[in-house]
Amino acid sequence: MDTFLQQLINGLTLGSVYALVALGYTMVYGIIGLINFAHGEVVMIGAMVSLSVIMALLGAHAPLPSVVIILAGLLVAITVCMAIAYAMEKIAYRPLRKAPRLAPLITAIGMSIILQNLALIVWGRNYLTFPTLIQPTPYNVLGASMTDLQMLIVVLAGLLMAGLVFVVQRTRLGMAMRATAQNPQVAGLMGIDINVVISAAFVIGAALAAVAGLMVMTYYGIAHYYMGFLLGLKAFTAAVLGGIGNLAGAMLGGVLLGIIEALGAGYIGDVSNICGFPFLSDSLQQQCAASEGQVSMFGSNYQDVFAFFVLILVLIFRPSGLLGERVSERA
Amino acid sequence: MTAHGRGKSVPPKVWAGVVLVALALALLPFVAALAGQAWVRILNFAMIYIMLALGLNIVVGFAGLLDLGYIAFYAVGAYMYALLASPHFGIHLPFWVILPLGAGLACIFGILLGAPTLKLRGDYLAIVTLGFGEIIRIFLNNLNTPVNVTNGPQGVNLIDPFHVAGFSFARAQSILGVPFSGPQKYYYVLLLLTIGVIVINIRLQNSRLGRAWEAIREDEVAAKAMGINTRNVKLLAFAMGASFGGIAGGIFSATQEFVSPESFGLFESIIVLAMVVLGGMGNIPGVILGAILLTLLPEVLRSTMEPLQNALFGRVLLDAETVRLLVFGIALVAIMLYRPAGLWPSAVRKRELEVPKVVAE
Repeated sequence: MDTFLQQLINGLTLGSVYALVALGYTMVYGIIGLINFAHGEVVMIGAMVSLSVIMALLGAHAPLPSVVIILAGLLVAITVCMAIAYAMEKIAYRPLRKAPRLAPLITAIGMSIILQNLALIVWGRNYLTFPTLIQPTPYNVLGASMTDLQMLIVVLAGLLMAGLVFVVQRTRLGMAMRATAQNPQVAGLMGIDINVVISAAFVIGAALAAVAGLMVMTYYGIAHYYMGFLLGLKAFTAAVLGGIGNLAGAMLGGVLLGIIEALGAGYIGDVSNICGFPFLSDSLQQQCAASEGQVSMFGSNYQDVFAFFVLILVLIFRPSGLLGERVSERA
Repeated sequence: MTAHGRGKSVPPKVWAGVVLVALALALLPFVAALAGQAWVRILNFAMIYIMLALGLNIVVGFAGLLDLGYIAFYAVGAYMYALLASPHFGIHLPFWVILPLGAGLACIFGILLGAPTLKLRGDYLAIVTLGFGEIIRIFLNNLNTPVNVTNGPQGVNLIDPFHVAGFSFARAQSILGVPFSGPQKYYYVLLLLTIGVIVINIRLQNSRLGRAWEAIREDEVAAKAMGINTRNVKLLAFAMGASFGGIAGGIFSATQEFVSPESFGLFESIIVLAMVVLGGMGNIPGVILGAILLTLLPEVLRSTMEPLQNALFGRVLLDAETVRLLVFGIALVAIMLYRPAGLWPSAVRKRELEVPKVVAE
């Protein structure tokens, strides 16, 4: 039981980060129908920039409290990421708004390659370690342990998501966004500046991505120029799982994907243990004897398979994701 | 494309052109060898990529189904060859047996992927195919315990090259007094196969099936209403695209004599997709152009970036590999911005894009 709860807690933590990133994908997709492949790289840039600022401040003469240092790093990262997303939209996506659907997808891939290699030039090829500014203290939660860092990540992600829902549902900008998502032409006729709305979707997504980048880095303690790729892929998977274009779907999908992955990694080894099978070859029997009956067909390195497998299953039975509406095909 | 009718005789000018092109293609490996054998290998790679891109073009360009996991079929073909012609299992089958087998297995995988995803549309299909590609790669990476099937991340090496009764395509050899290197011999095999694939693709496009694919791409509901069995036709697109990928994979295995899961990541899938879209989706000459361009561009950049930096700044400021990818990314964005329909779009697509302008006037 406590393994279950423990994996649930780990999954929830990672899942809330996925959800934050997934929101960026889903907002852009909901409004202009583009898979912003470069979004994962924005998360990576957020992590890298905040790390640089934090290291610079740690090296300063007057010692600052660590909360101030982290906040400063976060603010700079958010600003940089917003600027990058704004520029990216303006340069690579806006001119292609009326082009065939796959053209902006290719520029998005191009942007992703550009950002990755710029990061490689600036921060180098090595894994960068994050200084232990926050010493995680574990707390006992119903027999499983949850660190204060994990709690902070979950709570902060929850607050940010609540804030986003408020912006989208209750403000004028949010109303404009929803209108543009429904029909850009008509929204334009109603006096909405569509370009501003689309930029806003990119910029808000980038801000969330920057926070997610810092979270991932503090959680794992490392950052790397390539980290955005897999994270972006998972987050995009989460967005599709929930139903792309749907905010609640992205949140649900993110948390679910995190939990599925953690549980999958925790249990797949035991479930696929083959030592109980009657007909084993000699070499397998020897392996079983040597490892006290623990030879799994699939180890925890199949974690990613698990996530994608669940995604495929869900999409077969619900072709538009868990909370998605039926969308018609765009040419 | 093949506009001239069956009864008409081909004008001599066309014949002259065909002969000239054939001569140029035949001499190309010797011209490339002047710059080093590495360039002959790059030419061979370009042809493997042409086959891959044409295979993906069936799925994406003809049938309009966005596939982000296409490289999985390439991997299936490559591993099929690697496992059946290497000391790993001690099996050494000849290539003309394995290549069709690889194509067949890839075809089965194509149907396996296609069957459950028929209902999905657009970007949902994209993410499922992407997941499928990753699943295949992760399996290849991890199927070394408890039973060693794929040899895990180390990959399979010492794969047999193509050989016919003692005549090996990998060894350098002099034929009729002309010295041929290994890659040069492979070049001619690949050239024949590539021409075969191109011809099949052209015939497919103009066939009943090709027109059915086009109809589905333009409007699936209307196509169904016209009596096209959309399920079977879509499955055929997946299966045929996949088998071309499988063949290309087998050839890749044989020319490299080594495969590892690293060669089959998502990035490869994306690059092949970029070849199709950038060249001109659905247009066979365009796709060939895209494949050649995106294979050659990184290599040209690799060999020019360091001398260029030396000339400009007097020293090498940035690692050539990084700059190469950076420029590659910039080129992708720039080409798409200036030619949104691709470098060489099909006539239909070009017309579609021009419609709004005419209306605006």
